[in-house]
Amino acid sequence: MKKYSVFAIAREAMRGHKGWEEQWSSPEPKKEYDVVIVGAGGHGLATAYYLATVHGITNVAVLEKGWLGGGNTGRNTTIIRSNYLYDESAGIYDHALKLWDGLSQELNYNVMYSPRGVMMLAHNIHDIQVLKRHVHANRLNGIDNEWLTPEQAKEFCPPLNISRDARYPVMGAALQRRGGTARHDAVAWGYARGASARGVHIIQNCEVTGVKRAPNGAVTGVETTRGFIGARKVGVVAAGHSSVIMNMAGVRMPLESYPLQALVSEPVKPVVPCVVMSNTVHAYISQSDKGELVIGAGTDQYVSYSQTGGLHILQHTLDAICEMFPIFTRMKMLRSWGGIVDVTPDRSPILAKTPVPGLYVNCGWGTGGFKATPGSGHVFAHTIARDDPHPINAPFIIERFRTGRLIDEAAAAAVAH
Amino acid sequence: MLLIRCPYCEEERPELEFRNAGEAHIARSPNIAGESDDDFEKFFFIRSNPKGIIYERWRHMHGCARFFNAVRDTVSDRFLMTYKAGEPKPAKLPGAAK
Repeated sequence: MKKYSVFAIAREAMRGHKGWEEQWSSPEPKKEYDVVIVGAGGHGLATAYYLATVHGITNVAVLEKGWLGGGNTGRNTTIIRSNYLYDESAGIYDHALKLWDGLSQELNYNVMYSPRGVMMLAHNIHDIQVLKRHVHANRLNGIDNEWLTPEQAKEFCPPLNISRDARYPVMGAALQRRGGTARHDAVAWGYARGASARGVHIIQNCEVTGVKRAPNGAVTGVETTRGFIGARKVGVVAAGHSSVIMNMAGVRMPLESYPLQALVSEPVKPVVPCVVMSNTVHAYISQSDKGELVIGAGTDQYVSYSQTGGLHILQHTLDAICEMFPIFTRMKMLRSWGGIVDVTPDRSPILAKTPVPGLYVNCGWGTGGFKATPGSGHVFAHTIARDDPHPINAPFIIERFRTGRLIDEAAAAAVAH
Repeated sequence: MLLIRCPYCEEERPELEFRNAGEAHIARSPNIAGESDDDFEKFFFIRSNPKGIIYERWRHMHGCARFFNAVRDTVSDRFLMTYKAGEPKPAKLPGAAK
């Protein structure tokens, strides 16, 4: 792997950019690997990267049915924050946030992490109580989060409408300054490049169609559209399709998959300096470095794998955006799209061993998995390599739905579900 | 937006009138306190989440307000049929060849 640097750019500028090498190789699949990861999105590629760098396991394949980073990694709204209520959630999301800081240097790849601040609005007395509770809980966990008055919120984000006449007036806000955004594609590409350079095979257009198990129950490999691939360990990181893959191994999951939509506007000059979210009016917005307003909507109400979603969901979100930012009422929207998110009953992820020996699962990130990408890959690699969870992901087991030890962020995640 | 046929009102109405109520044909045990942890988990949390044909409950919230069941393809979102609550799972589906 040739290192990217200012000198590399200067050198290539002199010779017509003919010397850039492929960022990752596309080898033919081998007959067998130590570890097969199902799903080449951010989480799967990060897992492979940390298996190689932290645990020295490089005989790894990452299988992807479509193209690399083409699922929810390329479809989310790139928001990063760690202001979750419960200790378990705070642990895993802040672990990720610490890895975001310095990820570009580690990967030698600019993931454009921008800690521009995530501001969550309160519109009524209940919002104030809930968000202040978050502020206090976060500070006890060593996570920055601070309370702003409406005027301070307006100062932090000038286009915000804090008029008392609004249908849902802004009564305050919680601000996590370390929160922000990153370039979603670059995260997948950077991890892919780093993993590939260390010998990990990234195999695209290779859909898993079955999971093979030995008579003693342990996994022996996966059937794919490119033939059987043997594996001592299999990690399922397939987002909306996780339950489909797990069913192939005979494990029924506490998951339901829903379409989640987002949209972007025409690009304009810098106007929204941070991320603004509102539970009550149900919208969140930020501005990409290209200038597009990036707007996230809620999920549809029914199980679907269609990667689309109802137009009325987007209209509802845009109503809310126009309420918070009246200056955007005449903005034109350019594109909208949907991704399929796998939601657990308690809205917390599952990163764990499974009842099947050699089979591991990292799923259930629901509507908010992008922010966790580095932390998720880091602790999941640990879980696979040691056959034992990292202390950070130890609470996120499948068995919690039997024991009742839930991590119930459903009402507490400070995000529009 | 989906168009959903309410089997009680006997007409197709826009999705906005309806609320999805999750997977159908999951019977609650009459002795729920006596359920084992395993069985309660299956009843309460485990879902089939199929990529393909799903049997699901809907409620005609802003219409007759009654619950009914529907058969839908989760890949195309096309409804194959709807039927009244309490009726058995249909053995044969119209145009089921996907």
